[in-house]
Amino acid sequence: MPTRVLVPSGVLGLGFDRAALAAGVARRPDIIAIDGGSTDSGPFSLGAGQSKYARAATKSEWAEIMAARRAAAVPLVIGTAGTCGADATVDWMFDITAEIAAETGESLRVARLYSGQPAERVAAALAAGRIRPLTPAPGISAEGLAQMTSIVALAGAEQVQAALATGADIVIAGRTTDTAIIAALPLARGDHAGAAWHGAKIAECGALCSTNPTSGVILVEFDAQGFTVEPLAEGAACTPHSVSAHMLYENADPFILYEPGGHLDVRGARYHALDARRVRVEGSEWVPGPYTVKLEGARVAGYQTTILAILRDPYYVAHARAWVDRLTAFLRATIQRRMGLAPDAYGLEFRLIGVDGALGALENRSGAPVEVGVLGIVTAATQEQASEIGKLINPFVLHYPLTDDEELPTFAFPYSPATTDRGALYAFALNHVMMLDDPMAAFRLTVIEVGA
Amino acid sequence: MTETVADIALKVRSKNAGPFWVTVDVFCGSPAAFARLSAGLETAAVAALYGQSVQLVKLFDIADLHVIKFSFPRPVVQGAPDDRDMHGAQWAHLLAEAAVA
Repeated sequence: MPTRVLVPSGVLGLGFDRAALAAGVARRPDIIAIDGGSTDSGPFSLGAGQSKYARAATKSEWAEIMAARRAAAVPLVIGTAGTCGADATVDWMFDITAEIAAETGESLRVARLYSGQPAERVAAALAAGRIRPLTPAPGISAEGLAQMTSIVALAGAEQVQAALATGADIVIAGRTTDTAIIAALPLARGDHAGAAWHGAKIAECGALCSTNPTSGVILVEFDAQGFTVEPLAEGAACTPHSVSAHMLYENADPFILYEPGGHLDVRGARYHALDARRVRVEGSEWVPGPYTVKLEGARVAGYQTTILAILRDPYYVAHARAWVDRLTAFLRATIQRRMGLAPDAYGLEFRLIGVDGALGALENRSGAPVEVGVLGIVTAATQEQASEIGKLINPFVLHYPLTDDEELPTFAFPYSPATTDRGALYAFALNHVMMLDDPMAAFRLTVIEVGA
Repeated sequence: MTETVADIALKVRSKNAGPFWVTVDVFCGSPAAFARLSAGLETAAVAALYGQSVQLVKLFDIADLHVIKFSFPRPVVQGAPDDRDMHGAQWAHLLAEAAVA
């Protein structure tokens, strides 16, 4: 049975074309699916269990999508709610949903799919030999797992299907694969499995697979042989090139995509234009395999304080590297003397913005910058210690001379105080998969009625 | 004068492929540029640019799209204390500026 999936945007919080969303609703979709996050902006969201997007932006976009759902009278599913899909951000998204329902006066059945993993469950799986490392994987142990602030497993189509089977109007899912929320319904209805996953991969970034990437809205129609993708914004088009090129995006392998329970192989896919804006794809293959779910985890890797100074004095700009090397040696000795901290008990690094700030040791070009930004980063075991080191180095970052026989320089500080406490530094601590006998064994589902 | 990848290709982009990998796409733009770059870009040279072992660099020549794709483990894991580029998008310029044999 053909299945139409409407994707309003690549991620909730980045905006979409309203007219295109209305056009999508008019096409009578069977489901509306949108992604709520990814690891793309780093480990903070998962580590802290917080959304990276503003609540106000999330709420106003979600209210519009909820209204589209009401008009279409079909289920709405969001995956990886609140950027990281931790249990806390699923509840954050649920609170926003309940608030909107109260404001609009609608009654809704809302399912929450939780992907959070207790450390003990993962440790038991590790002991049972049911955790496999991917390449490259950090080392793990039961102790290390217990210290992680957050662990999630990426749900696949089966868990999203279980949530849809509750009859929910809205499914708020924790961490899922980007594709699972789109592939779930076509797979449940028996559409072509290779097409379901491939079409989901093409649509998961919204209109990024079209010639108008920021317009957001995409409609994918799945059937027994393949899928058809079309953008809904005025003037946007999908071409065989724009669609097939999307397999390159943020993908290490452009032909193979691993999912829970198997992998997608698109080497045999054929893309052809149905007209100037729609593309038909057939020939992708789903290859069943063992049922594993990927794990993501974050731990605290220290606490940071930063300081920024700008060198404009041409003599110091020309000798910026020598200056920070001399400064660092002096500061290391001073920190040891005054705080009793050995050099390996904390991190102290100065990055030269204007010299090699982005690439570090990989930089192979040099030039003559007008000014150099010196970004000092202190990483310590506690915030108190990082702040203390920051205060200790502050006057020297401002005044330290390149040689002993010159007047003390004074560099430009853009702030007062010159130091900024950054809080916890989180690190990704898992790149592993966990084997499951029952797809729901590591996931939890709750259903509640909200509104009038 | 030696030509660089950027002189020949339409566009070079890089991006994380998850927190542990980075992928660099060279959009050649024409069959001629694709032929020139797939012959002139050595995996070993790309590995050296990014300080990676050549065994860990995956190369995909995608003739239909005139694209050459390199994927390899990130030189530093995303978000690690010594990571300088959270999204890995500036690494593209190392390859864009590389000389082509």
